[in-house]
Amino acid sequence: MSFLNSLISGVSLGSIYAIIALGYTMVYGIAKMLNFAHGDVIMVGAYICFFAVSRFSLPPLVGVLLAVVVCTLLGMTIEKLAYAPLRAAPSLAVLITAIGVSYFLQNAALLLWTPNPKVFPNFFARKVTAPDGTVTDQTGMAFFDGALRVSYVTLVTILVCLAIMAVLTVFINSSKLGKAMRAVSEDKDAARLMGINVNTTISATFAIGSGLAAIAGVLLCSAYPTLVPTTGSMPGIKAFTAAVFGGIGSIPGALLGGLLLGVIEILAKAYISTQLSDAVVFGVLIVVLLVKPTGLLGKVVREKV
Amino acid sequence: MAELLKVEDINVYYGAIHAIKNVSFHVDEGEIVTLIGANGAGKSTTLQTVSGLLRSKTGAITFDGKNISAVAAHRLVQHGLAQVPEGRRVFLQMSVEENLEMGAYTRPKGEIDASLERVYEQFPRLKERKRQVAGTLSGGEQQMLAMGRALMSKPKLLMLDEPSMGLAPILVEQIFTIIKALHKAGTTILLVEQNAQMALSVADRAYVLETGKITLSGTGEELIHSDEVRKAYLGG
Repeated sequence: MSFLNSLISGVSLGSIYAIIALGYTMVYGIAKMLNFAHGDVIMVGAYICFFAVSRFSLPPLVGVLLAVVVCTLLGMTIEKLAYAPLRAAPSLAVLITAIGVSYFLQNAALLLWTPNPKVFPNFFARKVTAPDGTVTDQTGMAFFDGALRVSYVTLVTILVCLAIMAVLTVFINSSKLGKAMRAVSEDKDAARLMGINVNTTISATFAIGSGLAAIAGVLLCSAYPTLVPTTGSMPGIKAFTAAVFGGIGSIPGALLGGLLLGVIEILAKAYISTQLSDAVVFGVLIVVLLVKPTGLLGKVVREKV
Repeated sequence: MAELLKVEDINVYYGAIHAIKNVSFHVDEGEIVTLIGANGAGKSTTLQTVSGLLRSKTGAITFDGKNISAVAAHRLVQHGLAQVPEGRRVFLQMSVEENLEMGAYTRPKGEIDASLERVYEQFPRLKERKRQVAGTLSGGEQQMLAMGRALMSKPKLLMLDEPSMGLAPILVEQIFTIIKALHKAGTTILLVEQNAQMALSVADRAYVLETGKITLSGTGEELIHSDEVRKAYLGG
């Protein structure tokens, strides 16, 4: 039963990685750049939601929506100010800029919100009144006489991840903007000749990725409630790993990579060693890339001559 | 006839390389005009400058009475300019029909179906393969798709960049038959070709580009019989 417990935790953590990985993979697929500031957008989203709910006592759903709106605008602003001017620059310059933006966001958060950890509220607790009148928080469900516990956060995280994947797949395959994104990701100049505004399309990609990052931030901090300015960096790197693992540029790859990474990490923690779990995760990545350099679902990109 | 495209005195650079030197030419409504020349003469560069992917440092490009020298490439489609790029450049991972839809990206949704039907009439092969991913098409089919895609925008001027490149002779014939049919149906065409023989045989007028400069111009008929062109491009 403890294996099943670990598996469910792994799928839940993996769902968060998958949502973050979507942002990496979509931006990479369309703008051909690695946005290393993506992880820190998660952190900003979590802070916005935290302040909205804990300080201004807004309902949780409003807090989440506010975080999504702020992160969407933040992502578009970052793209416009930091990345758009470098569109013709060598990719190394863009990469360094992205790392710079990442540090900028972390330090801005330190300045604004101090390094003191904030305790993120649990939105998914139910008040239960016992027969003797005492009120307790019920945070999950128990099965098999308590041998298997599934928290509401875990359930919501997995469901939200699946919903996002479904909506995004339909969007990319069927909507006009989604098709334009696919066209831009294949060939920017050919897309321009079709009348597609490449800059707007890239900006929309950042908007979607950053909005999803906000949701990931809220889910992450609901599961791991300590919020500090560097909260986003490690999950960001893990999610980037997940994107590469699944095949960067591929949306199903982000889901697969995220889930596998989450499960491997939690199982490694449970059965090998807590300290070594990250080493195991990255070790698996190295092995996968040695065997299949494009990632699990990645396509072989033919270099144009 | 009315002048549809007028290119005046353009100069294009790739970094320090002066690729196009004082090039001027024009295309009248209803014409097929061809730019011929050897590999690297600047034919594609000229087309890309007209379509806004590259910029000229001097001169002006006038299309349908408007100066388009500084208009962004993605806005030119709405003005009625469509380009079939060199190497076809279809979206290989999208289906045939999605490629065609991309061609009509700037047009209202209600008009797309009628245009799709028309393109499928012109290219029955594309209709047979409309659900197929473009990457699985043969070279000739991809060329047809690229042309159909450009026609989806209902262009006033269709610019074709090396449509015969890499195709077997029988397919080259087929593509040129299609070009003639499109012209007959009223499309104005600017054709860039290395296959000078074929290009000159369909063209009303032609320009010869050599290392970035226009060295000769005339009707297709005149150039096909010109000694210089025969020697340089038609194999004696």
